[in-house]
Amino acid sequence: MDLLSASAVNWSRAQFALTASYHWLFVPLTIGLGLIMAIMESLYVKTGDEKWKNATKFWQKIFGINFAIGIATGIILEFQFGTNWSNYSWFVGDIFGAPLAIEGILAFFMEATFVSIMFFGWNRVSKKMHLASTWLVFVGASLSAFWILVANAWMQYPIGMEFNPESVRNEMVDFWAVAFSPVAYNKFLHTTFSCWAVGAAFVVAISGWYLLKKRHTDFAVKSMKIGSLVGLVAFVMLAVTGDGSAYHVAQKQPMKLAAMEGLYEGKEGAGLVAVGMLNPARKNYNDEVDPYIFKIELPKLLSLLGYRDINAFVPGIVDIVDGGYTLPDGTTSLSFQERKERGLKAIQALADYQVAKEEGRDADAANHEIILRENYAHFGYGYLETEEDMIPNIPLTFYSFHLMVMIGMYFILFFMVMLYFLYKKDMVSNRWLQYVALWSLPLAYLASQLGWVVAEVGRQPWTIQDILPVQAASSAISAQNVATTFILFAVLFTGLLIAEVTIMVKQIKKGPESEGLKA
Amino acid sequence: MEKEIDIAEKKYNWFTMFWSGFTSMSSMSKTLWIVAIVKLVIMFFILKPFFFPNVLETNYDNDADKAEHVRTELYEKVQPSE
Repeated sequence: MDLLSASAVNWSRAQFALTASYHWLFVPLTIGLGLIMAIMESLYVKTGDEKWKNATKFWQKIFGINFAIGIATGIILEFQFGTNWSNYSWFVGDIFGAPLAIEGILAFFMEATFVSIMFFGWNRVSKKMHLASTWLVFVGASLSAFWILVANAWMQYPIGMEFNPESVRNEMVDFWAVAFSPVAYNKFLHTTFSCWAVGAAFVVAISGWYLLKKRHTDFAVKSMKIGSLVGLVAFVMLAVTGDGSAYHVAQKQPMKLAAMEGLYEGKEGAGLVAVGMLNPARKNYNDEVDPYIFKIELPKLLSLLGYRDINAFVPGIVDIVDGGYTLPDGTTSLSFQERKERGLKAIQALADYQVAKEEGRDADAANHEIILRENYAHFGYGYLETEEDMIPNIPLTFYSFHLMVMIGMYFILFFMVMLYFLYKKDMVSNRWLQYVALWSLPLAYLASQLGWVVAEVGRQPWTIQDILPVQAASSAISAQNVATTFILFAVLFTGLLIAEVTIMVKQIKKGPESEGLKA
Repeated sequence: MEKEIDIAEKKYNWFTMFWSGFTSMSSMSKTLWIVAIVKLVIMFFILKPFFFPNVLETNYDNDADKAEHVRTELYEKVQPSE
């Protein structure tokens, strides 16, 4: 996207992406460190070993810095809904609002209450009460994430709602279907484990730095042991829940799966690309050009992951555009043109419904409502001009996905090696591994961000899958206004990030035995 | 009587926990509070009112008008070629 000449909708997308990316620098560390410090404090309460208490207090200080700087950065995303995405905000009605309200009232206040007990309560409340508070901070942060992810999952897999043509809103008819949709709980687990992974990589990296500096050796090794165990569990579970994600994406967002794999021509028994490079000469979805410069494929694996059948047909981009293949429910997929026609019918029916209502022609209004409902599943296609409009950015989705998976595999190996050296060998004398531990941290953050790139870029052009594309969801505002606030956010968030890193580095240099945050 | 003292003492402890926590903060904690408060002030008192008005809330008084605006937008945003 050429930002200088971008439209308001593209500026709005860029602004949302920028804000979400910055917000996501803070969240994973809050949840990941929350778990690690809760485990450490549990060990302190169980063993009475003061070293665990000191370790807990140190990581709580780091948690506190991250929490204070990062708190409420996500609210800016909600500001943007009302200003840049007002059609979307109205259209989604209470479905989006309910999870966010629960998040704000229940999870956030729970988190905030127990954070204060956790910081102020040492030696002032009982050990068990303090431990419970630390665990509840972690639970509160995770619950907070759960409700946000429920809202996000609904956009990827809209369920449990009914469209009301009178109010032009989707109204929730089944709260439990929204809250516990298979996409939502899988997304929650996958995202939560990614937070654990970032927290673990962070603890191991900082501990590696202490070992390199030959400072706080005992504390560093203790922290590394907990960090590596959490890290290994997190990355293995990321692979397991990633498999769940691939399955749901195959069923509900086949275009995203095709983009993740750079799969243009569908096939039975499709292989998973382990390593590959896309051919930039392929400009259009129906070019005859080979989409890959090279690829190493794991035979049949994509069919297995997506459809639990090694010989299943996996549709490619061309198949999804042209239609005509058999869907998992046994029906035949529609082509882009057919879906577009049905989308236009639905949009026209929505307009006609209101005219008929205003003129008192109730029978006509009822007929228009029937046409709208029959075609509602394709509503968003009416806004797309050409076939290319329904295809996300293939290189960005493909490389983000493969890089994320490669980093995930690297970390499984890394944490296994770490645990081997921590328990069977002498970690303190292995400087090369300490360097690896330190310099692996950016990879964990990168993988965490790439996961969101895959999820969000891969579902374009949809804000709500198949129902509302970005161009229909955006407000009628000027590009200049959004560009101005984009720059404001870039400055504000960069300032916050600099503050976070500066204060954190200062605290890390002081080390676990310093006074630091008394509170 | 003994129970009453316990409860009173617990109330006192909860209060002092927060009071002494806030009054004996380290310089780093104070810095963090300042950063957090400045950030929230910028967000809620500058960004929200001046740069992020709620388009529908600002321009329309009731739900029917908001719905009509969105309905019109959804209709007019269909590609001109159609």
